[in-house]
Amino acid sequence: MKGITAARPVLGKYAQEVLLGGTLIALVIVFSVFGPGFLSQINITGIGQSATETGLLAIAETYVIVTGGIDLSVGAILGLAGVVGAKVMALRFGGGVDLAIAAGIVAALLTGAAAGLANGLMVVKTRLTPFVATLAMLGIAGGLTLVLTDGLTVGGTPGVVATLGNQVYLGYLTIPIIITIVAFMIGAMYLHYSRFGRWAFAIGANRNAASEVGIPVGRHLIKVYVLAGTISALAGVIDLMRLGTASPLSGENSELTAIAAVVIGGASLFGGVATMTGTVLGTLLLSVVLSGLVLTGLQPFWETVVTGALIAGTVAIQQLLRSGR
Amino acid sequence: MTALGGEVSGPLEDPGGRAVPAAPGPLPPPDPVVLRLEHVSKSYGAVRALDDVSFEARRGEVVGLVGDNGAGKSTMVKVIAGTTLAEAGTLSVEGVERRWASPQAALSAGIETVFQDGGLAAPLSVAANLFLGREVFRSNWLGRLGFLDRAKMERETELALSHIGMTRVSPRAAVARLSGGQRQAVAVARAVIWGRKILILDEPTNHLGVTEVAEVLRLVEDVRRRGICVLFISHTLPYVIEVSDRIVTMRLGRIVSQYAASQVTTDQLVSDMTGSTRGGVK
Repeated sequence: MKGITAARPVLGKYAQEVLLGGTLIALVIVFSVFGPGFLSQINITGIGQSATETGLLAIAETYVIVTGGIDLSVGAILGLAGVVGAKVMALRFGGGVDLAIAAGIVAALLTGAAAGLANGLMVVKTRLTPFVATLAMLGIAGGLTLVLTDGLTVGGTPGVVATLGNQVYLGYLTIPIIITIVAFMIGAMYLHYSRFGRWAFAIGANRNAASEVGIPVGRHLIKVYVLAGTISALAGVIDLMRLGTASPLSGENSELTAIAAVVIGGASLFGGVATMTGTVLGTLLLSVVLSGLVLTGLQPFWETVVTGALIAGTVAIQQLLRSGR
Repeated sequence: MTALGGEVSGPLEDPGGRAVPAAPGPLPPPDPVVLRLEHVSKSYGAVRALDDVSFEARRGEVVGLVGDNGAGKSTMVKVIAGTTLAEAGTLSVEGVERRWASPQAALSAGIETVFQDGGLAAPLSVAANLFLGREVFRSNWLGRLGFLDRAKMERETELALSHIGMTRVSPRAAVARLSGGQRQAVAVARAVIWGRKILILDEPTNHLGVTEVAEVLRLVEDVRRRGICVLFISHTLPYVIEVSDRIVTMRLGRIVSQYAASQVTTDQLVSDMTGSTRGGVK
C-alpha cells in the first residue's frame, strides 16, 4: 500500500496512467511468454479489431460518465444501428454500391443519434435517472433490433463492406482500427480542450455550480447523450464492416465491458473525473486480457472473472492514489 | 484588453474603464439605486419564503442582510440571481425592470453571486473555475471548432488573482487540492473579478480562518470602491457590522428592520431576527 501511495509524488498527476500502462506492459509480457503467437502480426491486428467495438463504446461512455450519468444502452444502440445500416445497404439503390454504403452509414448514425436524443430527453425532461432511462432504451433498442430482424442475421450488404473492414494496411492496421484511433484522438481533444468537454466535467463535478454560472445544463446533457448514441452507432457500422453482416446479438452486454474500460481507466462514476488516455488504456487492458486468455488455452469464461478482478484492483489503487493515504 | 476587461500588465479598471488607483482615496458617497425589489413574493408550497418584500440597494453600497434560518435571505438571493422566479412583484436593475429567464440573464446583467456551497467544480483547475461559463476560445480556426485558449485563461487568472492579493494559489491547481478556505477565497475572487454592478456574497466567510476572513472583507471594500453594490449575507454579525453601510434584517419572509451599520449593535440585530422587538427603520 505504501508503495502505491508513494507513487503519486514520484509520478505526479499521471500516476494512474503510468500504473495502468505498466500493468498493460506486464500483461503483454506474461501472455507473450505463455501464449504462442501473442505478439504475431495477425494476433495484434486481431486484438485491435476486437478492441474497436469496446473502444468506441468506451468513448461514448466516457462522455456520459463524466457528466455523472451512465448509459446502459450503448450496446443495444450498436446492434440496432448495425441492423438499420445493413438493411439500408442491402437496398442497393439500383446498383449504386457507393450510394448504398453511404446511405447505410448515414442511416445507422441517425439511428444512434435518435436513440441518444431519446435518452437525453428522458433524463432531462422526464427527470428519469440515467440508469433507468438508458435501461429502458436498452430494452427498446434491443427489442426493435429483434423486430427488424426476426431474430436472424442481416446480410445482403455489398461485398466491399467486409473487404474494407478487414483489409490490413501497413501490416497491422485496418480501417476499423484507424477509425477507432482517430475517434479516440478527436474524443480526447474535445473532452479535454474544448468548451463542450469542460462543461461536461463541470456538470458532473457540481451541477448546481454549473447552472449558477449560466451553463445550460439540460441542453448540454442532451447533446452528450446524442453524441454517445452516435458514437455507439459508429461502433455498429464498424462491426458491420468487420463481419459483413449485422447480427441481432451484436452489442449484447458490450455496455458492461465499455463501462469497465472507462472505470479501469480512472473515471469516477460520480462524475467530473475521467481521462481519455485512461479509457484507451482500460480498453487495451481488457482486449489484451481476452486475447491472452484465448491463446494461453484458458477457458474464455475466465474473461469475466479477470475483468472483475481488474476493475476491483485498479479502482482500489486509484482510490489510494487519490486519497494519498 | 483581456477577457477579464483589463490590460494584461496594467491595473484594474472600473466599469467605466478608468484605472482604479493603487492607494485607497476618499470614499465616494453611495450613488443612485442600482437594484430595486418591489412587493416581491415567493412561496414554496405552503411556505411563504418571501412576503411582499421591497428593497433597494445603491451603487457603491454594502448592504448586510441578516436573519435566522428560514427568514428568506437565500430565497431573496435566488430571486436576484435568477435561479428562481418570484411569483409577484418586480425586480429592477439600474431602473430597468427585469424578469430573469435564467441565471445567465442575471450574470449578463452584471450580477455575480457566491452561493453558500461556493459554486466551484472541484476537479477542475482554479483557472477553469474562474472562467466557467465564460470560457475564452482560441483566436484561430480551432476556436471556431470550440477549442479553448487554456494558456490565456491561466495567464489572466494569475494576473487577476495577484491584483486582488491572492498570490499563493496557482491557476493550474485543481480546486479539489485546495484547503476549504482557499476554495472559498477562489469562489469569492471569481465573483469579485467578474462583478460589474451587483455582487452577492452568501455566507462568504464560512470555513475561513481569521486571516482569510480579513482578506474577504478587504475584497469587499475594494469592490465597493469600484462602485459596485454588494449584498453581504452572513450569520456572523460582527463581520456584517464591520463591512456594511446598511443592515437589513429579515424574519419569516419579511424585512423587519433596517439600520445604518454604524448605529446598530449585535443585540439589536439578534432581537429583530428573533422577533423580540418590533424592529425599526433608521
